Amino acid sequence: MTTTEIMTLKTEPFVLNFGPVHPSTHGVYRMRTTLDGEVVIDLEPVVGYLHRGIEKLTEERTYGGIIPLTDRLDYISPMSNNLAYCLAVEKLAGIKIPERAEYIRVIMAELQRLANHCIAVGSFLNDAGAYFTPFMYTFRERERIVDLFEMVCGQRLTYNYMRIGGVSQDIPEEFLPALNKLLDRLAVFIEEYETLLKENEILLARSKGVGILERDIAIACGMSGPVARASGIKRDLRKDDPYSIYDRFEFDIATCENGDCYDRYRVRIEEMRQSLCILRQAVKDIPGGPVKADVPHLIRPPAGEAYGHLEAPKGELGFYIVSDNSIAPYRCHIRPTSLINLGALRDMVKGWKVADLIIIFGSIDITMGEVDR
Amino acid sequence: MTVALSGKDIAARVEEKLPGSLEDSGDDYLLVKADSLVAVAEFLKNTESLNFDYFNFVTAVDYYSYFEVVYRLESVEHNHSIVIKTRCYDRDNPAVPSLAGLWQGANFQEREVYDLMGIKFEGHPNLKRMFLWDGFEGHPLRKDWNK
Amino acid sequence: MEVGEERRYIYSAEEIDRYEGQLIEDLKARSTEPIPDPDTWLEEEGKRHIMLTTVDTVINWAKRSSIWPVICFPACCAFEFIAAEGPRFDLSRFGMEILRASPRQADLMITAGTLTWKMAPNVHRIYNQMPEPKWVIAMGACAISGGIFRSSYAVVPGYNRIIPVDVYVPGCPPRPEALIYAVQMLQKKIAREKVVPDLPEFLQKGK
Repeated sequence: MTTTEIMTLKTEPFVLNFGPVHPSTHGVYRMRTTLDGEVVIDLEPVVGYLHRGIEKLTEERTYGGIIPLTDRLDYISPMSNNLAYCLAVEKLAGIKIPERAEYIRVIMAELQRLANHCIAVGSFLNDAGAYFTPFMYTFRERERIVDLFEMVCGQRLTYNYMRIGGVSQDIPEEFLPALNKLLDRLAVFIEEYETLLKENEILLARSKGVGILERDIAIACGMSGPVARASGIKRDLRKDDPYSIYDRFEFDIATCENGDCYDRYRVRIEEMRQSLCILRQAVKDIPGGPVKADVPHLIRPPAGEAYGHLEAPKGELGFYIVSDNSIAPYRCHIRPTSLINLGALRDMVKGWKVADLIIIFGSIDITMGEVDR
Repeated sequence: MTVALSGKDIAARVEEKLPGSLEDSGDDYLLVKADSLVAVAEFLKNTESLNFDYFNFVTAVDYYSYFEVVYRLESVEHNHSIVIKTRCYDRDNPAVPSLAGLWQGANFQEREVYDLMGIKFEGHPNLKRMFLWDGFEGHPLRKDWNK
Repeated sequence: MEVGEERRYIYSAEEIDRYEGQLIEDLKARSTEPIPDPDTWLEEEGKRHIMLTTVDTVINWAKRSSIWPVICFPACCAFEFIAAEGPRFDLSRFGMEILRASPRQADLMITAGTLTWKMAPNVHRIYNQMPEPKWVIAMGACAISGGIFRSSYAVVPGYNRIIPVDVYVPGCPPRPEALIYAVQMLQKKIAREKVVPDLPEFLQKGK
């Protein structure tokens, strides 16, 4: 028996830069990854390429004039951003919202959740390698939802629809019948989508067991949203700290046990189903009446501070507003969901290969507009 | 419903365990002295009935004569929340101990506060600018910063 | 640079940060005036040679019918651009079939989003990496003039401080139909370009 000499190959870790302009990173995000061959040892996120100074700009604008700025934070779900800001100011000033406005807000927020998850699931599958086909399917459904938004406020992306005290204008007559038709269509679409993907071998091989986020790390990092719920943290602000009229609706919170990429995908699909459930209840019970409380145009909340938060599609989005009884806020801090969710990326990625890094990053679903503000 | 715990009750408990660490307390906040911040935070995190294990956010406000750093902590198990504040009166070199050792979520957010407000966090593993680039002068979110 | 035994890598993270910060400050100091738009074709309108027009037409037709954009998606306008590429407002019927990830394989840069000073050297580098002929469409209010963020400390007031822009598309964000109109305007502009150089003076007709 001959013995063969094994030639040991000397390797060295090196730093690879996933630059701000990269086809897979969702926006201008840069990672300095330390790689040993293909395996990721360390990761340092470099953010700030979209830092536009929104927090400083809010100090120069009136309370009502900040709403267009909040649109540009998480630009995939602007309705939720508007609503979070309005909730914070209404808490500070103690304003009561009319019933019809509350129902309209819930309808818009849940439609926005559906639209956001369409993009999240589509781009997750894009990163997994199904180049653009699932993305085009989900984009087609998102276009239908965006058509409804256009019917209401005239804009496709930056809606500027919520106002302090309600919403800016009433929904037209053709909105509710169109919404009912869309709900039936979306229910069929989700089932169709699931049939293609739920037991798909390639998706299971690429995402099951990949990028596991443990429950303790998720809590310590302050994660929220579908990422936290997929790791077993049963925390949803719509149930734990109900805002608006969410305590009147019956729905479940989707959670999973393992915390891998596949679980995050399942949680998002299940949330889409629950949103359809809430929408059906809201459409059935919507009353008539005014859509905006009688609030002065240049509102001056009393001096003090308030923190208003809601369950945005990506997690907990909050506004911490400090007021000094003038027409502009003294300080407006935005709790950045996506930046906080990025905090655990390093722990999720260690030990996985470069291809897994892309899919793990895609499954967290972040938007750079919210990270950098 | 997330219960915002009464600042006065928690203040009484903290004073009992760590006397002299609080400056003030209000209905919904605790004002902690800067040097005892880590001790108070550890007490809040590890005490059985409080269990503040979820770090929500940290931010800073510039009130001309002092900087106020605001933390919001929550508990997943008991579903309650509390707001802790601490003040730095030194305008040229404000410094506060870092809580990044206790909660991993404080890491990025403290870097952001350092970048935009200039408050140094002692004990932070990697305190450098996050959103602005290395040669940028000043800290933009301060009230006396001009372009 | 000497690599001592205790250093693991050639450059430390602080050195890289400082070097990049210096690049940004230098670029900021250099870009105080907007770059003038490339409008040289406006004077050329009169000079058309019969012999060489056919070659120009064919080459310009080939260039404008399959423009491939490079992926450079800073912010919100990116989603209107993706919607324009999507199944409803199909941009690939105008030839813009594929989004190239590598700038070496692209001809068009659609700047979809706000430009910050931190990102500016990278955009400049991507523009330099694109081979000639190349064009730029400035999409959205932020790309034209800084938009809603113009008074911010970190925003470049318009892409034309850094790179020359051919077509400006207003809107915040512009609708996909507006973007398609912009692409058609760019195609008309390309159709008027002169590819083949002028004949020497003594060979020109009538001179």
